[in-house]
Amino acid sequence: MTELLEPRAIGRDMVRRDGEAKVRGTATYAIETPVEDPAYAHPVQATVARGRVTAVDTSAAEALDGVLVVLTPSTAERLASVEDREYAVLQSDEVDFRGQVVALVVAETSEVARQAADAVRITYAEQPHDSTLAVDRDDLYAPEQVNAGHETDTAQGDVAAAMATAHATVEQTYTTAMYHNNPLEPHATTALWDPAADVPLTLWDSTQGVHPSRSAVCGVFGLEEEQVRVVCPFVGGGFGSKGNAHAHVMLATMAARAVPGRPVKLGLTRQQMFTLVGYRTPTIQKLQVAADRTGRLQAIAIDVVEQTSRIKEYAEQTGVPTRMMYASPNRRTTHRLAALDVPVPSWMRAPGECPGMFGPEVALDELADTLGIDPVELRIRNEPGVDPETGKPWSSRNLVQCLREGARRFGWADRPPPLHREGAWLVGTGVASSVYPTMRQATSTAVIRYEDGRYVAEIGAADLGTGAWTVLPQIAADALGVDAEDVEVRIGDTRYPVASVAGGSSGTNTWGSALVVAAREFRTKFGHAPADGDEASGDVDQASTDEDHSAYAFGAQFAEVRVHADTGEIRVPRLYGVFGAGRIINPRTARSQFLGGMTMGLSMALHENSVWDDRIGQVAKHDLAEYHVSVNADVGDMQAHWLDEHDPYVNAMGSKGVGEIGIVGTAAAVVNAVHRATGVRVRDLPVTLDRLLPALP
Amino acid sequence: MRRTGPAPAVGRMCAIWFATPGRGGTCGAMAPDGVHAEISLTVDGEDHRLTVDTRTTLLDALRERLGNASPKKGCDHGQCGACTVLLDGDRALSCLALAVAHDGAEVTTADGLAAGGLHPVQQAFLDRDAFQCGYCTPGQVCSAVGLLEEVRRGWPSHVTEDLTARPELTHDEVAERMSGNLCRCGAYAHIVPAVQQAGGVQA
Amino acid sequence: MKPFAFARPGDVAEAVRTVAAEPAAVFLGGGTNLVDLLKLGVARPDRVVDVRRLTSREITDTDDGGLRIGAAVTNSELAADPRVRERWPVLAQALLAGATGQLRNLATVGGNPLQRTRCVYFTDVSTPCNKREPGSGCSAVGGYTRYHAVLGVPAALPDASAPETCIATHPSDMAVALAVLDARVQVLGPGGARTIPFAELHRLPGDDPSRDTVLEHGELVTAIDLPPLPAGARSAYRKVRDRASYAFALVSVAAVVAGGEVRLALGGVAHRPWRATRAEEVLRGGPPTADAVRGAMAAELAAAQPQPGIDGGNGFKIPLVTRTVVATVRDLTSGVPA
Ligand SMILES: Cc1cc2nc3c(=O)[nH]c(=O)nc-3n(C[C@H](O)[C@H](O)[C@H](O)COP(=O)(O)OP(=O)(O)OC[C@H]3O[C@@H](n4cnc5c(N)ncnc54)[C@H](O)[C@@H]3O)c2cc1C
Ligand code: SF4
Ligand code: FES
Ligand code: FES
Repeated sequence: MTELLEPRAIGRDMVRRDGEAKVRGTATYAIETPVEDPAYAHPVQATVARGRVTAVDTSAAEALDGVLVVLTPSTAERLASVEDREYAVLQSDEVDFRGQVVALVVAETSEVARQAADAVRITYAEQPHDSTLAVDRDDLYAPEQVNAGHETDTAQGDVAAAMATAHATVEQTYTTAMYHNNPLEPHATTALWDPAADVPLTLWDSTQGVHPSRSAVCGVFGLEEEQVRVVCPFVGGGFGSKGNAHAHVMLATMAARAVPGRPVKLGLTRQQMFTLVGYRTPTIQKLQVAADRTGRLQAIAIDVVEQTSRIKEYAEQTGVPTRMMYASPNRRTTHRLAALDVPVPSWMRAPGECPGMFGPEVALDELADTLGIDPVELRIRNEPGVDPETGKPWSSRNLVQCLREGARRFGWADRPPPLHREGAWLVGTGVASSVYPTMRQATSTAVIRYEDGRYVAEIGAADLGTGAWTVLPQIAADALGVDAEDVEVRIGDTRYPVASVAGGSSGTNTWGSALVVAAREFRTKFGHAPADGDEASGDVDQASTDEDHSAYAFGAQFAEVRVHADTGEIRVPRLYGVFGAGRIINPRTARSQFLGGMTMGLSMALHENSVWDDRIGQVAKHDLAEYHVSVNADVGDMQAHWLDEHDPYVNAMGSKGVGEIGIVGTAAAVVNAVHRATGVRVRDLPVTLDRLLPALP
Repeated sequence: MRRTGPAPAVGRMCAIWFATPGRGGTCGAMAPDGVHAEISLTVDGEDHRLTVDTRTTLLDALRERLGNASPKKGCDHGQCGACTVLLDGDRALSCLALAVAHDGAEVTTADGLAAGGLHPVQQAFLDRDAFQCGYCTPGQVCSAVGLLEEVRRGWPSHVTEDLTARPELTHDEVAERMSGNLCRCGAYAHIVPAVQQAGGVQA
Repeated sequence: MKPFAFARPGDVAEAVRTVAAEPAAVFLGGGTNLVDLLKLGVARPDRVVDVRRLTSREITDTDDGGLRIGAAVTNSELAADPRVRERWPVLAQALLAGATGQLRNLATVGGNPLQRTRCVYFTDVSTPCNKREPGSGCSAVGGYTRYHAVLGVPAALPDASAPETCIATHPSDMAVALAVLDARVQVLGPGGARTIPFAELHRLPGDDPSRDTVLEHGELVTAIDLPPLPAGARSAYRKVRDRASYAFALVSVAAVVAGGEVRLALGGVAHRPWRATRAEEVLRGGPPTADAVRGAMAAELAAAQPQPGIDGGNGFKIPLVTRTVVATVRDLTSGVPA
């Protein structure tokens, strides 16, 4: 049990502190850092998917006015560590995937840098590549563990036996597509290497964590942390793709070191983001579900096949939610990977849960259909009393309440019958559950200082639009027992104490906990009448922890789908989500987070699809005209609600994290609604009109 | 490899350029290297004369040359709307506009809209939390300001049922008209009521 | 992007002379397509000649009751023109279904029909493409064909390595409406002025996929003439796309119903806006009932070549375009808005 803060500032609707700067466009993002006389870097990318660079002709590029330097595998500096092959840029002539960086131009202007990059002539010895993901590959392997340290496989009871004897079963394969995070701000780094300075390397990097970014760079270049400063006050979205540094951060650093004293700006193009900054692996999910007559699950199993790159392993934990979501005596989850000649996959909003709640939540809908049980009721009947995976009680679990509250708000009881038609549209409704683990990272430190009559809190946290600039002062204020207006929070700089990555919906939980510890330290040391300059720090690991409960946020999403009877066009006029995500620190920013996740989930359901052209080993549609993300007109009446949840086991704020759960389950709710509208069961995302044409009247 | 200084001065070359028979015109004067030109732009009320590479887009001229990073670069290919500015009063994408082709233009960025305090659209975006990361926001704001003017002029949209009637600021009208501005943070559900609020519609 | 010289001559005649004199010179309208392609390295001109302030930006009534639309009129202005909205709704709707407000404010009437294909291989200079690099082959065959052609593709093709293969579609919405409206293109070339029926402006790949239109180098579009529709005519544009807005057409239909006559043009199905003359002919026999239209479309699509490919190919366009035509004609003849 944690002593929950008395909420005064917490729970209040507070306008974003960085809001005015953002609506004016004066908030400064990495590439915009005002620096003296910047040079511009532009990468050259491999045009083969596997092979060797046999020659690099830079003469035409170097002959151009304004070119400062062209870095190639033979001229680039040798890195201190090449262990991480994603980071080992320009260190060998091997080409591991199409789009890998094989040279880098630094020039006086962005126009010349790009022109020179086009003028670099590369010759390859091309080798056959293999980039096709399939369930029947004979080289699939079980990774040692999957992302976030989860076990690769789990098993409990006998799934096969239950499948053979159960009253009803569903056995189907579901797939999710390859997705690219595509934050609106392209990945970018402004780098300055000034060997004479106390801190020789400064990186203004668009990152979800200045400290993790610094660690990555230090490791690769053999620098001490004191030699590097990473600054990032604002991030134009990341959704996981800025959680880890990617190759371009190393390239920017290399470029800066090649022109000492000269700041270098490296902004990736949108097209380059389709190969260099991670993506969500496509997943193939084989589901087996067995139930008795009343809908109680007898077995649930998910066997996942997905891809990683040949040079660096990333194993999406797609099977993980199936381990804890519903009660069932028999259960199996497995993950198998194909290591391909493809770019390195990585985190994307709710890794694991997002794809991993697609197959199961559609399979449950199929089961409900088979049994003639309402899908909301089916989920309620399979509510587990304790965490089926660990046997621990829940810190709080309000899935049933979310389902009921959502059903009430949505008008689920009066939903139209299957294949219902209103004018030109076929109308259907669908439901799915959401879940996301409540996490806190092991490292983060906050400092609180009394300065000029107010409290200043410093921590190297990041605000990706999540609201940290606004929410952290609310937490610090309650921890100190003062008004939020009396607290200034400084984030986004390695000059401030170490902070964990903004990922896993753990940022606020982690940094907030450190702030609470620091505030308590502060009050213990200095009481309520501190002197100017009084300062205390707190580490998240001093915050009380709870090992005895399983902590997750839950939710339920309800979709109304309309399918045009003539053309099959799909619209989602209503999408409601109800979440149990602990205490909501700022309803304004939290609502935006939930809605943002749901919007991305809608986008995943209907639009997003990095169509892979395995003939050449690249995404066929690698820009925002082709890789569709939902636009404003795709969103109708979208609402996010939450339960008033009081969870004393998670942390001092009682918060569970709101950044990711909104994208979990959305796609399943949409395709379940499509099925009700048209009778077409879509098991492969995205659902597009061509799949529905054959079933239209 | 030579390091070039700032682009060559062009002052005197105008005359030569204009004097060349068959090459008259009122455009920005070409520099003798043929690929630089001097142009003038009024940005957020301030006049600038600058020499640009003919390849420089209006967006890069603003961001990289004039230090005005209010318009954002999200795609550089007309696919996201982040670079939207008001160009001679109308909303337009600055990433597909060559700076030389808009010599003499008047450009207003989101920052410029706030010159005398936040514009009602900006205030509405704040009130409705119509953004998260803020990267699409200056473009959304300029787009919304342009949209309100277009609606005031009676311009129809793709979802206007009666093309001959005056359009109203309904949800669907605003959503369609704002669809040229992607928001990856997914703030659409708040952007529409913000634009309606700024347009004087209760939402 | 390769460097280029920039010019804005004094008048259109001089603009034509300037471009005609130099093989690698191009006209610039709003720039929304050309600048995109410059950045991608697809367009590599030595000289860019800005004509946006030279051609007319006016829409004037013509003696026959039609309109003359200057090439510099923006897509927004044209869509908003009260005459167009009232008398040629198909054109207003097509324009409004294209791109976005901030693109339409830049895009010109001259530039829109001359925008190039959105084929993902055409815009990626690292892949073979006959249209971009004649003779290099066609990457789209067997590739990502969702937005590619089904009509106007010879049965012997497509063969990925044949130099004449191209299965690209023309992306303009406005052009589909202009094709159904029997518009005429006013052109000024080095040899003088000429008028081209709009339906003949765009070409099929034939033996030279690099050419989208019949325009010769240096020919400038100065205006587009819109003839009047017969009294009582109704017209509509129906675009079907993957996203509710800001997306190119999977298929689109421009239709005019006037008296007993039905005129149809299709978008997203061919290398050019596709005037469905075969279907029109079939429909001339009797009332355009749903069955009749379906039959007419079957005739129109008899020679269609659905393209297999990754992500399912584009065979769905056959039923989709048929259904869309049937629905559009139904709505036009029944009085229900499309
Ligand atoms: C993301 C995106 C989405 C889009 N979506 C759509 C859509 O859904 N539907 C649609 O129809 N369009 C769409 N467009 C395309 C847009 O409509 C065109 O780019 C625009 O209409 C082109 O007009 P422009 O004046 O900008 O042409 P420019 O880019 O200036 O020129 C296009 C071509 O025409 C030539 N040219 C220009 N003017 C003349 C002239 N007067 N005479 C001879 N040659 C000339 C140029 O040399 C160039 O080759 C989209 C564009 C983008 C970037
Ligand atoms: S379809 Fe045409 S444009 Fe596309 S790759 Fe083939 S030749 Fe090029
Ligand atoms: S940057 Fe101009 S539209 Fe994306
Ligand atoms: S606020 Fe982040 S993209 Fe719109």
